[in-house]
Amino acid sequence: MLYESSPVAIAIFASFVLAVVGLSFWLGRKGQSAKGYYAAHGEIHWFINGIAFAGDYLSAASFLGICGMIAFHGFDGFLYSIGFLAGWIVALFVIAEPIKSLGKFTFADALDAKYNSRGIKLSVAISTLVVSIFYLIPQMVGAGDLIVPLLGLPHAVGVILVGIAVTLIVVTAGMVSTTWVQFIKGSLLVFFCGVLASMILARGLTVNTGSLEPQTRSVTSEGRVLVDGEPQTRDHDLRPVGTLAALPARYGGATTTGPLGPLEYLSVLEDSRIVTWSGKKSTDASGSHTVYTPTERAGTDLLKPGGYFKGLTTGKLADKLDFASLMLALFCGTASLPHILIRYYTVKDAAAARKSTVVGIAAIGAFYVLTLFLGLGAMTSGALDPTSTNMAAPLLAKSFNETLFAVISAIAFTTVLGTVSGLIMAGSGAVAHDLVENVLGIPMDDAGKVRCGKIAAVGLGIVAMALGILFRSFNVSFLVGWAFNIAASANLPALVMLLFWPRTTKEGIISAVTVGMLASLTWILLSADTFEKVYGLSRDASPVPFSQPGLVTIPLGFIVLIVVSLLTKAQPKGKPA
Amino acid sequence: MAKNSEPGSDGPGRAARIGFGLFWVYVILYFGFIALVLFRPDILSSRPFGGVNLAIASGLGLIAAALLLSVVYMVACRVVESPGGERR
Repeated sequence: MLYESSPVAIAIFASFVLAVVGLSFWLGRKGQSAKGYYAAHGEIHWFINGIAFAGDYLSAASFLGICGMIAFHGFDGFLYSIGFLAGWIVALFVIAEPIKSLGKFTFADALDAKYNSRGIKLSVAISTLVVSIFYLIPQMVGAGDLIVPLLGLPHAVGVILVGIAVTLIVVTAGMVSTTWVQFIKGSLLVFFCGVLASMILARGLTVNTGSLEPQTRSVTSEGRVLVDGEPQTRDHDLRPVGTLAALPARYGGATTTGPLGPLEYLSVLEDSRIVTWSGKKSTDASGSHTVYTPTERAGTDLLKPGGYFKGLTTGKLADKLDFASLMLALFCGTASLPHILIRYYTVKDAAAARKSTVVGIAAIGAFYVLTLFLGLGAMTSGALDPTSTNMAAPLLAKSFNETLFAVISAIAFTTVLGTVSGLIMAGSGAVAHDLVENVLGIPMDDAGKVRCGKIAAVGLGIVAMALGILFRSFNVSFLVGWAFNIAASANLPALVMLLFWPRTTKEGIISAVTVGMLASLTWILLSADTFEKVYGLSRDASPVPFSQPGLVTIPLGFIVLIVVSLLTKAQPKGKPA
Repeated sequence: MAKNSEPGSDGPGRAARIGFGLFWVYVILYFGFIALVLFRPDILSSRPFGGVNLAIASGLGLIAAALLLSVVYMVACRVVESPGGERR
């Protein structure tokens, strides 16, 4: 669909972004030492850090992707919410205590604290970089998807805007400002989503299904865009979708329910009939065509698993394994994300780390409950863009009023700012601290380390922008799933065995990280989804049985670590100087 | 379980054990839910509370359980760590 920018929207949006960037410049005067730059002086209060956890974690995938998935496919988006949150249990109960006492600045330090091995530093730094990059791509794609309807500008502009804003933030102030960016983002996100959810409940449900005629969007070989055969203009465009066809029988002939309580809303929806739309793409001599057709379904069908993960209803074993593999990767992935683990080092001690994780879980959990209502509200809002699931949440806000839409879009944009700055921190730490200083052995003084980190941050910013433009057509959640699989396969076995098995050797860790990362990466690149969406080949040509590698590659990491550790010499006791 | 970096203080060791126990509780809840999704989806479609189906109730329940367990963990750790003197 085509969008027109409103001056109000742009003004609100611009002031938000400028305020956040300005704040980071102001805070940046404080943190110029290496310790300050990377770990925020160890002084961040646990409550601030806890909300910043939420701000860090709730990325484009959570806010835009999950809402969009629920809006178009029903319950299955909520499975992502459940999986993403459950991962915090692994982080808190298995990893939190031990890692705080081990590490200094980065994840690689934590893994290497006992062995002082170049091999570990190298393999972990590379794994950190790879995971950070894969997690960056969906954020940048999401940024582009936010800019298009808000400002009416091309996708690439959004990507570049994010890249510049984040690089400025990170280069000027490092961790202190990213913590505050994420604290602000986390609070705003939960608050305004709460406002939006209340408005959804106050509005209640209304029968609003209009035309059920299929719609077609075509791109000709010359690059012109047609809608139903005619050129796409603001007056001749795709119709918004996502509507309620009928209320439950107990409402008689009424077409609207009035305000509803949260549980009421869910149960009324389950007894209603809803129209969802899906697109099917085909290509012929004149170009590529996507036909969007409606399906009227019972609420009970939508509000149970199987709307997106079709394998849950077809009964095929490979599909069930795929789903189980994804849920395992989500469960294990949170604790393995380098940009999350870094945040443990910004508080004083283990007790503060625990408290901040509890605060984080509370905020994140509350948010995921809200996404359920946002997604369902969007599903029946009559305002969805059939071509984009990512836009569901902002367009839902727009169906209430323009100002809310601008505010939510600005918040979503700062969502991306926060996540991307955290990722670039992790990546620049890996490059500057681990690769340059430790592996290459180039000595640097405090100022040099900070400068190196900033150069690395700029470089990563440029790479992120390029990839965000390159991968613009990808589904955001699919890419995040990639990152979680790789993180869990590469990092979790090494981390867990290091913490709990004394017989772990440095060769074991190096092998586990390397094999886990390469195995999951290779599997993903050979999967049916990749064959179809990246290479444009047939799904059947893929050599692997299902798309998500976690079920295979996570245990593989553990096995490799155990076998290699048993085969190599046990470490002498005591930490080397 | 690996020794913590501070020998003699059992607080962190007991905290880790509490964590482990609570972790397994959640594993049972989480993977139990996944098993239902995979093998008995019909149960998840049922509506024992009259309004909301079990699928949604379980999802909300898992989110609530995560928070509850993390609070239990925090309180339990505070209790086992305080006799040895709290680190500021």
